Amino acid sequence: MDVIINGERRTVEPDTTVADVVRSLTTATSGVAVARNDEVVPKADWNHTAVTDNDRIDVLTAVQGG
Amino acid sequence: MTTAPFTTAPPQTTAETDPLVIAGTQFTSRLIMGTGGAPSHHALEAALQASGTEMTTVAMRRVDPTTTGSVWDILRRNSIRPLPNTAGCFTTADAVRTARLAREALETTWVKLEVIADERTLLPDPVELLDAAEQLVDDGFVVLPYTNDDPILARRLEQVGCAAVMPLGAPIGSGLGIRNPHNIELIVEQASVPVILDAGIGTASEAALAMELGCDAVLLASAVTRAHEPAVMAAAMRDAVRAGRGARRAGRIPVRRYAHASSPRAE
Repeated sequence: MDVIINGERRTVEPDTTVADVVRSLTTATSGVAVARNDEVVPKADWNHTAVTDNDRIDVLTAVQGG
Repeated sequence: MTTAPFTTAPPQTTAETDPLVIAGTQFTSRLIMGTGGAPSHHALEAALQASGTEMTTVAMRRVDPTTTGSVWDILRRNSIRPLPNTAGCFTTADAVRTARLAREALETTWVKLEVIADERTLLPDPVELLDAAEQLVDDGFVVLPYTNDDPILARRLEQVGCAAVMPLGAPIGSGLGIRNPHNIELIVEQASVPVILDAGIGTASEAALAMELGCDAVLLASAVTRAHEPAVMAAAMRDAVRAGRGARRAGRIPVRRYAHASSPRAE
């Protein structure tokens, strides 16, 4: 199925979770947050939140700024 | 006759007697740092250490898998409290979403709220800012809004429950200093939350001036991170903020138009 991860269209396996998406981008375990279709997915839910077709997943972290 | 050696009072450590308190949290340092514009993580870390800061802003952006090291790691290993910002947000909805993501990522309810009107000036959009502030306060955030140097807007932000107000001295990164010191004084006079001068500082004397005007703290980034020697400027800013605070607390002499002799008149 196709999803948009950090603005880029990607094809992922069925049963992919939000946790899988995060692991594909970073090894960091803290300092990272996820939005699925603009809604925050709490860290505690990453493992059991499945990604569905056409989801927009944004994985954010702290960077230099301000 | 023995002469007692000169004794000097121990230097008053303003840290012990004069903490900055925001939303019930005490800070020894009145210099809040930003992290934008540093040439490297190494230079940034040295500057943060030299500044003595206890709270530092970060932005939230999409993870870039190609980068190594992170500003988040720097803050954690130096025990500096993160203050996530909503930089780059132009609407209330953007800012609220970014604040919620930052809360989740950095495990803090504190947020430096920025809602910008346009890229050219980076000035706050007052209408969106007030709306976002109210929503975030209602959502349990400790909101520190980056605002125009407008006393009325500052009052409105305080009224909706912001934990501090952070008026600009001049546009972000401009180094123009404090363009309207009179407005900053008006904001200080009426505020019952801390006033933090945010943006526009170019050099140490301007940070000292902010404190002399009665601000409770200074937030700056570019003045340090884009200086030729960031760590040296960071130390200068640390000293300037302390000096300005000391001068404010001491109470300056009134300005006079003519001389006022400091020595007794000759008979």
